[in-house]
Amino acid sequence: MGINYLYPQYEIHRDPMRCIKCRVCERQCANEVHHYDEELDVMIADEASCVDCQRCVSMCPTRALKIVKTDNTFKENANWKQDTIEEVYRQASTGGVLLSSMGNPKDYPVYWDKILINASQVTNPSIDPLREPMETKVFLGKKPSSLKMDKKGKIVSEIPPQIELELPIMFSAMSYGSISENAHKSLARAATALGTCYNTGEGGLNKELYQYGPNTIVQVASGRFGVHEDYLKAGAAIEIKMGQGAKPGIGGHLPGRKIGAKVSETRMIPEGCDAISPAPHHDIYSIEDLRQLIFSLKEATNYEKPVIVKIAAVHNVAAIASGIARSGADVIAIDGYRGGTGAAPTRIRDNVGIPIELALAAVDQRLRDEKIRNDISIVVGGSIRSSADVVKAIALGADACYIGTSALLALGCHLCRSCQSGKCNWGIATQREDLVKRLNPEIGSERLANLLTAWNHEIKEMMGGMGINSIEALKGNRLMLRGIGLTEKELEILGIKHAGE
Amino acid sequence: MKRVYVNEEVCLGCHLCEFECAYANSGAPDETGRPNNMFKAFNGPKTPVARIRVEEGEMRGDDRICFAVSCRHCETPYCVEGCITGALSVEDGVIKIDDERCIGCRTCTVMCPYGCLVYSDHHTMLKCELCLENSTGSPACVQACPNRAIVYEERQ
Repeated sequence: MGINYLYPQYEIHRDPMRCIKCRVCERQCANEVHHYDEELDVMIADEASCVDCQRCVSMCPTRALKIVKTDNTFKENANWKQDTIEEVYRQASTGGVLLSSMGNPKDYPVYWDKILINASQVTNPSIDPLREPMETKVFLGKKPSSLKMDKKGKIVSEIPPQIELELPIMFSAMSYGSISENAHKSLARAATALGTCYNTGEGGLNKELYQYGPNTIVQVASGRFGVHEDYLKAGAAIEIKMGQGAKPGIGGHLPGRKIGAKVSETRMIPEGCDAISPAPHHDIYSIEDLRQLIFSLKEATNYEKPVIVKIAAVHNVAAIASGIARSGADVIAIDGYRGGTGAAPTRIRDNVGIPIELALAAVDQRLRDEKIRNDISIVVGGSIRSSADVVKAIALGADACYIGTSALLALGCHLCRSCQSGKCNWGIATQREDLVKRLNPEIGSERLANLLTAWNHEIKEMMGGMGINSIEALKGNRLMLRGIGLTEKELEILGIKHAGE
Repeated sequence: MKRVYVNEEVCLGCHLCEFECAYANSGAPDETGRPNNMFKAFNGPKTPVARIRVEEGEMRGDDRICFAVSCRHCETPYCVEGCITGALSVEDGVIKIDDERCIGCRTCTVMCPYGCLVYSDHHTMLKCELCLENSTGSPACVQACPNRAIVYEERQ
């Protein structure tokens, strides 16, 4: 077998004064870390397979368990850090591309944390959202440049199709296949209860979820999985996925073992066959080609559904967004480099793309400069972690935000970043039936609805503090933001002043 | 009347309900230091016995059906009818057992369609009394179930 160069990353500490040998940890671990030794009457752990998902810790009735990072140390080296060395060992033993999941965990700057929000004092009174009306409803879609009304004041101009949201937050695209049926059900029910939308991702729409159609965004991506007429007509909008923040420039690969009967039916591919989404759309090599697909989809849905084009935030994002705005799309969704994924090559996830904050500011500015900002709505995602991030994103120019990772956290995800293994102990990123049922959609949807309800309260409080009573009045209102600890260039790109200015 | 119902679709087979049931009826729980008390309850001279039992079906593919079985508090309880000493009785719909009268003959277990009564180590039968008599106050299995696979509710 040779030498094992890799020492387990985690240690499992079990307090023998607390363990009652109920074996719940053993039953709950899909990685088979824990087992009970009858002869010795003790619980034993093999930490080599532990991914630190915290399932056993959360389930232990006596809090006898904790998982800690091992302090086994390679000789310290600022250049060759331990995880860098371990990755070399891993590749030297397998010869394979390193795979990871969820978002980029590296220590890059988080611009949200370097932006501060304003509040009113004396001259412009703040508003108390508990006493006064506060509007968080948003409409996404192309806005007419002028409105014509008849003598009674009724709007006679034709209004392009819109997505109506009760709050400026949607659940981002996560496909059925990458996440479980129960995770999808939780998202669909929560979106319906909240009056917002969830997104099918590229996996098609499970038959049982057509009932949530008015709160569903259906995605068309490069593999075209699960796309047919009824699917396109089922949703509130159609999203064309050109790219994804976690892995810009590459496609997707759902391994055959995750394609069971239901996923196979929904994706319209044979059971057990790998689902490969190509890196490009093979019919899109220009903005003109994109326009053709947009209008094919509009034609197929009788021009009743807005079309979203989703791209990853990359270096030329402003120019690309300008092209998309002119291609006939109603909404552009931009996904930052911290966006999550069910599986991506580690090098791509950690090194490709740009921060969503900079991409958003650049796109909004470019579209305003070109006087086409009204032609398209902007939705941003890629690590929106709190209501404060939402407020900052809207003030930077977004119409709404997509949340993926935050939503999964609400469902129990502990960011162990092992989705690619398909053995999610929380029943989220798995198709194994015994694991899927660990996520009860009734509980999941409640938790998601709680999260967004809480965020919406906080958004109202922050808007009220600024003396603003609607999302519309906050949108692109960069005077409400100040940077802290940012360079001139960063401030210039973000289009905000430094704190104190 | 509120009863304990099982939703087998989301039962994980984690068996937490069994341990929480045994603990709740062990006399150990109080309002402070729950985890330590649970340790004490399970490491004392007598291991507490659960009145609920998770039944597991055969593996089918990756999964198997699991569900927790405890007294259904039937409207026509055969266990009460069969009890030879009159230890079992119905009070406000809840089927109760009198420890003083029970002789541990297990007729009730045989009569019960679900086999819900268990034999204790002090030679009498034990059964679910909905935790109304212990310090938990409402079924501990329901409170402890991580996935709402056991619920305590009014149904028609």
